[in-house]
Amino acid sequence: MATQARQQREPAQSKTGTSATENDWTKPRAMAIPKEGYFKLEQGRYGPVYPKSPACYGFTIIAKTKPGTEEVIREYGKTIEKSLQGSPDLLAPLKLHYLRWVLFDIGKDKYFMYQGIFDTDFDKYTEDAIALFAAAGVDTVFENLEGFPEDWKTSPPAFVKFVREHQCPSFLEYGEYPFVSAGEIKKALKLKAAFSKMLDQMQ
Amino acid sequence: MLELDDIQHFLIARPPALAARYEFLSFHNAEGARTWLAGILAKVGTAQTVGSSHLDSRWVTVAFTWNGLKALGVDDASLATFPEEFQQGMAARANTLGATGANHPDHWIGGMANPSLHAIVVLFARNVEERERCTREHQEYLSRCTGVEALSSLDLEALPPFGYPHEHFGYHDRLSQPVIEGTLVEPTPGSGPAIEAGEFFLGYPDEEGGPAALPQPAILSRNGSYLAYVRLEEHVGAFRDFLRQHGETHEQQELIAAKLMGRWRSGAPLVLAPDKDDPELGADLQHNNDFAYAEKDPYGYACPLGSHIRRMNPRDTATNMKRRKMIRRGGTYGPPLPEGAPEDGKERGIAAFIGCASLVRQFEFAMNVWANDPNFHELGNERDPFVGTQDGTYDMTIPKRPIRKKITALPAFTTVRGGAYFFLPGIKALRYLTALTNKSHAQGA
Repeated sequence: MATQARQQREPAQSKTGTSATENDWTKPRAMAIPKEGYFKLEQGRYGPVYPKSPACYGFTIIAKTKPGTEEVIREYGKTIEKSLQGSPDLLAPLKLHYLRWVLFDIGKDKYFMYQGIFDTDFDKYTEDAIALFAAAGVDTVFENLEGFPEDWKTSPPAFVKFVREHQCPSFLEYGEYPFVSAGEIKKALKLKAAFSKMLDQMQ
Repeated sequence: MLELDDIQHFLIARPPALAARYEFLSFHNAEGARTWLAGILAKVGTAQTVGSSHLDSRWVTVAFTWNGLKALGVDDASLATFPEEFQQGMAARANTLGATGANHPDHWIGGMANPSLHAIVVLFARNVEERERCTREHQEYLSRCTGVEALSSLDLEALPPFGYPHEHFGYHDRLSQPVIEGTLVEPTPGSGPAIEAGEFFLGYPDEEGGPAALPQPAILSRNGSYLAYVRLEEHVGAFRDFLRQHGETHEQQELIAAKLMGRWRSGAPLVLAPDKDDPELGADLQHNNDFAYAEKDPYGYACPLGSHIRRMNPRDTATNMKRRKMIRRGGTYGPPLPEGAPEDGKERGIAAFIGCASLVRQFEFAMNVWANDPNFHELGNERDPFVGTQDGTYDMTIPKRPIRKKITALPAFTTVRGGAYFFLPGIKALRYLTALTNKSHAQGA
């Protein structure tokens, strides 16, 4: 019933390649995405909502760094590593699969790329993400980026605006096990572990 | 220190009112509007008076849409400093809020989606007689004001029996509300610590630190709040039909009703009373809010993950909760539908205000995510059974051992009939507005 309901409600979705029958995790899938980053304009609280792809939700933020800040930014890698060692569940609410931070050159300039893959629509949990960044000590890394609003602490919409302005939507996303959430993967691994334990107990 | 003499009483304390009237106004000229405001200003209640021992019989509140501030003569430079969502207004944000289909602004009544909606006057009265007296007085006053027109109005009355607040479906209401830091009110057990005033009133420290940047000039915004107004029709006949369809006995029907809400209609929370109702607990404010989910009910066997109270206040199963608190005000309108009576087609429901310091972060988040995200808590295809947008294509999962119960094609128990974003200014701000001149507007523009 649920499957039928979803198909009825979102007929446009079939064009995107995400109809319910195509959510089969056993069939690897790719999705080509229009230049805008979405198939049909849907307004979220802070702007267009980007669709879920076979590689789940995600963003890629690319911004020029301020001169001479490379080492400071690299140091944040260690900060996050340490924070997570202390509290492994720190970023759990973001429902992340992966984060990738990259520094690279374009001419003489140094650019920072922040790529995240997760299971929640970023538009929905933007403020929670920012609050968590603050808790993890990530927030101030952005201060090393060109154009980052100086008043971001008292103006969350300014922070959000910066992030959205520097978001580069993918034009292709691929999932070997499409649309599967990190939670489902962890449940499957827990189940496997429980079965192994059960078999041990049966010996 | 809260400036109680400058804050309107509305969000600080709930007066003992059994009746109310909302009047929605449109301003045809700025001077007439300012004259009207100047004349009513002395009747607007402050937080200080409502909190004192002074007994009153009516409480007046005045708030404006962004278009209303403009119509009063606030200049363009100042108007541009208000948050984008407030500038746009609720009707323009309908899709984000989930107000689609039958809930869409195209179907709203009372001129709510009309840009000429400029102001609201909220009257809370001790009883119906007092409301009628005040209504006559205001109508008489309006007839003497030029350039101010009443677009529509709504009368509200508490539902009998008056011993406890409840809405048309019969649920005990107003059991969980935040306490504001600085008001010296002691939070009831389970309600969490007092919340910084800046989460509700502009110009104060908030849970992030703050204070957040103010719309300008500060005299206009300080001690103000934003109000999201929603008129929500409740389809009592459809609700009762649904309960009968899913429960053969009275007990089974009550259990289904409780599973949708997360509380029994008495107010007793399912986490504390999972198997049968406990009316004594429901009425006990010292205990009926004293629970959380993560430890006691992680899978929702007692209180379903998709139930109304678990969505609208996930307690310890969500982060950043202190930045999502809101103050609710309002009441019920329309005649009660007697138990056993067939649906009579009359409109009845709740007309409520959500008070906060940021519509986008607090109210819109709650509607967009908690109420309407089908995948909240990874539920997949569900929305809030009462305030989510239902069109017969969503489900409701009731976790149960050994196998969960899944209700498919949940009907719509409610329909949004109107809504608007208002700014609730402080008293000094109201005076500032009365003192504006057309000249200052022209200069600003």
